[in-house]
Amino acid sequence: MLPADPTRSAAYREISQRIRESRPEDAVPELERISAEVRQSIVRMIDRAQLGHIGGDLSVTDILVACFYGVLALDPERPRWEGRDRFVLSKGHCAAALYSTLAHCGFFHTGELDTFMAPLSALNGHPNKIKVPGVETNTGALGHGFPVATGCALGAKLDGATWRTVVVLGDGELQEGSNWEAAMTASHYGLSSLTVVIDRNRLQQGARTEETKTLEPLGDKWRSFGWEVREVDGHDHLALLKALERSTTGRPVAVIANTIKGKGVSFMEDRVEWHHKVPSSEQVVAALAELAR
Amino acid sequence: MTVTEQRATFDSRQAFAEELISLAREDERIVAVCNDSVGSSNLVAFRKEFPDRLVNVGIAEQDLVGVAAGLANAGRIPFVCAAAPFLTGRALEQIKADVAYSEAHVVLCGQSPGMAYGELGPTHHSIEDLSWVRAIAGLDVIVPADPVQTRAAVRWAAASGRPSYLRVPRFKVPVVTPGDAPFEPGRAVLLQDGDDVTVIAIGSLTSRALEAAARLRADGVSVRVLNMPFLAPMDEDAVITAARETRGIVTAEEATTSGGLGAAVASVVATRHPSPMRILGVPRVFAPTGDTAFLLDHFGLSADGIVAAVRDLLGHG
Repeated sequence: MLPADPTRSAAYREISQRIRESRPEDAVPELERISAEVRQSIVRMIDRAQLGHIGGDLSVTDILVACFYGVLALDPERPRWEGRDRFVLSKGHCAAALYSTLAHCGFFHTGELDTFMAPLSALNGHPNKIKVPGVETNTGALGHGFPVATGCALGAKLDGATWRTVVVLGDGELQEGSNWEAAMTASHYGLSSLTVVIDRNRLQQGARTEETKTLEPLGDKWRSFGWEVREVDGHDHLALLKALERSTTGRPVAVIANTIKGKGVSFMEDRVEWHHKVPSSEQVVAALAELAR
Repeated sequence: MTVTEQRATFDSRQAFAEELISLAREDERIVAVCNDSVGSSNLVAFRKEFPDRLVNVGIAEQDLVGVAAGLANAGRIPFVCAAAPFLTGRALEQIKADVAYSEAHVVLCGQSPGMAYGELGPTHHSIEDLSWVRAIAGLDVIVPADPVQTRAAVRWAAASGRPSYLRVPRFKVPVVTPGDAPFEPGRAVLLQDGDDVTVIAIGSLTSRALEAAARLRADGVSVRVLNMPFLAPMDEDAVITAARETRGIVTAEEATTSGGLGAAVASVVATRHPSPMRILGVPRVFAPTGDTAFLLDHFGLSADGIVAAVRDLLGHG
């Protein structure tokens, strides 16, 4: 497993504590700054690797940053600490966004990001819990993370523990039936410590989700399965922080985070071809310039 | 009357259920996870004693295995109890990604494997499970031959810290395991020594192999009988020694010949010490209607079938 970066993890502790202790609206500029840094890191990783899922990485970034800096109880220097909150990225193809966020928090050194998908790198194209600290279960095949997160939340409930579990799903991923099996299990067991965040960017690999296989009315689907539903702008940190608050209803929470695939890079936004297209060197320069503004 | 019929037979599922309860009394991390299979997995007594430690996800095998991996992440030791054909077939990718690849300490207990659900037809037969799970890296595959090995398997899997697939036999068999038999990965159990032919058998076929060996011995044929409680990792040294010291090897299993014990032994023999073999199992066909004993006999998975394979090997080897 990759070693932690003590300098960055100390900074993470300080920044995340400041964010949690301030009024949410005051925390927004700092979260936006971190999101911009993570997005630039994603573009550089994909440029170096000449591989990756850039559109989904950019749509999920704000969700990851809000979770790691504003919500989850984690210690990058003790990634398997028993009382930690569990975070599962079920849409594992967006590993570049997760790795960038984890490195930003100090789970490992940012220099490792340069090895993304290189031969023998710990940073596979999909997250591996054995090699990468901060990864709770190996994902990549879709429809896996949610049942595993449900088991985590169930384990916490059996122990009477207070730690919580957050799992991020892609919207296209909801076409996998295993998710709906887990949705039934979580509500049956009243797993109020479980939060699902759906990165609702409305695009999947081949086309729009609604052209491929209709998901709407998505909120009603979750409500009918016994979930509390919160729908937000997935790029609004203030809204995300509020939506990620713990359940007070005894029911698990589904956050439908409306996002834009390719967010932050104008020529990628909401365009299906940027699911896993690799930008040219000119496009990389343009993207980094936009993201630095 | 055959040797098998002369001896008392036992239901290994009962041994499994009793050992799981005994273990759960000692270790509060143990939980049972099932898919509406409380009755068929013999978990009624477990539920009565530990109602909070029995998780029933309903008829949803992919969720079943994923939830178990999550429970392991939360510090529990889940025993996933479900009919073998659905546990392995329906959730194979979860077994690979969530359990084996993620190194989650989950014990996958395939109930009523092989031809146990004989009359219910090929949807319910679990003859492919061994081929499937044997192909997955990092997953120990345990195939107990009797109630004694079943109890040992439950204990071993709980203590191992590793992912495993445990086949829980339904077919009633006599106890074949000697008191001092080893039970650890990569260790075969020598049930009877001999120097003409080696029969390697697992699970329900083990007692039938012993019966065949007794008949052949009466005719002057000396048969070595090896049992492999661990199909993975398998005892390759015992296979190579058998290939070297006897004139050939017969394998016998309640599974398809496409990928289980026979294929595992054959790959060792072919690459390390070539020797004639006969592979007994279910050929690559869907079975006709019949009960378990009928189907095993139908596919030659009987003492008679093993005797015939040994004679064939000696005659044509």
